[in-house]
Amino acid sequence: MATEPATKGAAPAATPSATPAETPSATPAGTAPAPAGKKNLLGLIVLALAVIYPLAPFIDWGLAAIGAPAANLDRHLVSIFVFAMLALALNLQVGYAGLLQLGISAFFAIGVYTAAILTVAKYPFQLELWGALVAAPIAAAGAGLLLGAPTLRLRGDYLALVTLGFAEVMRVLLLNLESVTDGPRGLNPVPAPWLPSTVESLAGRAATTGHLHQLVIYYTALGCLVALVVVFRNIEKSRLGRAFVALREDELASACVGQNPSRIKLIAFAGGAAVAGLAGALYATNLTTTAEPNTYDFNYSVMVLCCVIIGGLGSVRGALLGAAVLVGFDNVASPMLTRWMQKSAGSDTGNVLLTFSNWRWIIFGTALVLMMRYRPRGLWPAERRREHDGDAQPARAQEGSA
Amino acid sequence: MTVDLIFQQLLIGITNGMVFALIALGYSMVYGVLELINFAHGDLFMLASFFALTLLGALGASNASPGLLAVELVAVVGACALFGAAVNVGLERVVYRPLRNAPKLAPLVSAIGLSFIFQNLGLFWGALPMDVFGGGTKAAAPKAFPDLLPNYNLFGESSSFRLTPKDLVVIVSSLAVMAALYALVKHTKLGKAMRAVAHDPRAARLMGIDVERVIAATFAIGGALAGFGAVIYGLYINTVSYQIGYQNGLYAFTAAVLGGIGNIAGAVVGGLVIGIVRAFSDQLIGAQWQQAVLFTILIVILVFRPSGLLGAHAPEKV
Repeated sequence: MATEPATKGAAPAATPSATPAETPSATPAGTAPAPAGKKNLLGLIVLALAVIYPLAPFIDWGLAAIGAPAANLDRHLVSIFVFAMLALALNLQVGYAGLLQLGISAFFAIGVYTAAILTVAKYPFQLELWGALVAAPIAAAGAGLLLGAPTLRLRGDYLALVTLGFAEVMRVLLLNLESVTDGPRGLNPVPAPWLPSTVESLAGRAATTGHLHQLVIYYTALGCLVALVVVFRNIEKSRLGRAFVALREDELASACVGQNPSRIKLIAFAGGAAVAGLAGALYATNLTTTAEPNTYDFNYSVMVLCCVIIGGLGSVRGALLGAAVLVGFDNVASPMLTRWMQKSAGSDTGNVLLTFSNWRWIIFGTALVLMMRYRPRGLWPAERRREHDGDAQPARAQEGSA
Repeated sequence: MTVDLIFQQLLIGITNGMVFALIALGYSMVYGVLELINFAHGDLFMLASFFALTLLGALGASNASPGLLAVELVAVVGACALFGAAVNVGLERVVYRPLRNAPKLAPLVSAIGLSFIFQNLGLFWGALPMDVFGGGTKAAAPKAFPDLLPNYNLFGESSSFRLTPKDLVVIVSSLAVMAALYALVKHTKLGKAMRAVAHDPRAARLMGIDVERVIAATFAIGGALAGFGAVIYGLYINTVSYQIGYQNGLYAFTAAVLGGIGNIAGAVVGGLVIGIVRAFSDQLIGAQWQQAVLFTILIVILVFRPSGLLGAHAPEKV
């Protein structure tokens, strides 16, 4: 009984001295949840729009009113989802773990071709999308393990070359092993996803079968993307996420505090490969073909890298933003600008300078160079990096003391 | 394979290897002083080949008399070397130098960005409405590079082994340039400074070496070699396109790594090995597998012998 008043008496005495010291750091901590909440709200609004979009034709009307090419936007949206998944995959490898990977297209292609081989009529498996969604990530992760196990100990720039070389080897294999991959023609048609017949007949009254299948692909892709975003946000806060960041910032130090760098690297590498494989399976189903192997070239990998870097390395929302910006540029802005340029120049279609997509690599290249110089953390950087970044807290502390 | 065929492929491999070696030297020297894979180097080579093509067209080299042609070729080689050096030094000054203290990823990503900018510029360059560009008139189509060097068989047209003055010009001039480079690095004050910076930049700075000047000089020499290589390549292959930089650049980089990056002799040996392997793989396996073969070699070397064939424990870097 005697001790309790003593502690009660001590507590008020301690509080005043603690308050001035805590306030400077408490202020940013206190304000942090509000913008985070706003961002979550923004994310939820975007998600809600994405969910209702295919069911709400009025969005198409609205887009048509402002002159955007709205037709078939859902197919473009699926490619944005797929691209965003690729960006998340690369973000896991480059952004979290700091492994410069220049061959993400190889793992994407493995996913695409695994899905195709398991579903097309040429092969006896006929597993449908649902089987492919499981098998493609496993195949890609397996390839990631096989490539990663011997090479991940290499220095950063050498690793970049190995991954680049692997992607080129993969592309040449897909192109030349015609008996397996049908060479430049690609494997097709990749069938639409199977649905229980009751669903088919029920929904068949509301929509055409083709539209129904498109809806299924749309929602599957959206669902996968949302699940991945949730998983990655949780990884960021988890022990594993901090292990990734520690590895990226200082491999030696992370080993010294008891992490196993080669294991963590392998997890990041294989995990990213698996996500890329999943994106591949969805891509093949959306396109109903594997497309030609030259699609999965170095430029494709660099496109994904661009989008991760532009959005912000190590930042989930940055990767999503980057994917939307890049696919939007290619599919919406670029055709519109081309039309505008050719109209204002008197419709000279023969001039390469007047086709806006021909400027693509100058624009992306300049973006990479400028981002590295002036905004290396991207348009929408990761929170954790910003904390480390700032001299903000000492500065505020000085203000407080003055 | 007959003996003649083997020697023929060897010759093809060596001449191609000379071009790879010239590009590889630029990669290797820059890596030596900065530890940067200058991804844009191959595309600089490509731009220089377009520059050479434009100059030759402007000079009307296809119709010049042999004496005049020789003078013009020397002038074009000089101009292209200057072009390569100037562009490379400019890049270093504007793009790479501000990133000196940035994380290692930053200059590499910038270099990739520059590489794409260059490829795009090459595409536009190929679209210029100039008569000098034979071949396709479309921007992306390969352009015919004038076939200016004599192309008859020195062993007589009936011989099955073919060695032409063209091959000899490529091999001899490349060897001469490499010898000059070796002398420069080995015996001049600048060369000594370059070796010092490659060995330890901080210690070099403490010894009073102007490190930034040495880095600029390294970029200048690398660019000049790429410019020279571009003319040689054009005269030998007779076709250029905006995509030659990417592929030859990667092969050259493989060569540099194979020989031990940062090592001058290694880059030359690596270039020759890559050229010869490429020639035989095209002959025996098929040209469509070329890239797969070479990149598999690259991966295997990096995994089992990351310091390269000639890279000893303490490689003599540039």
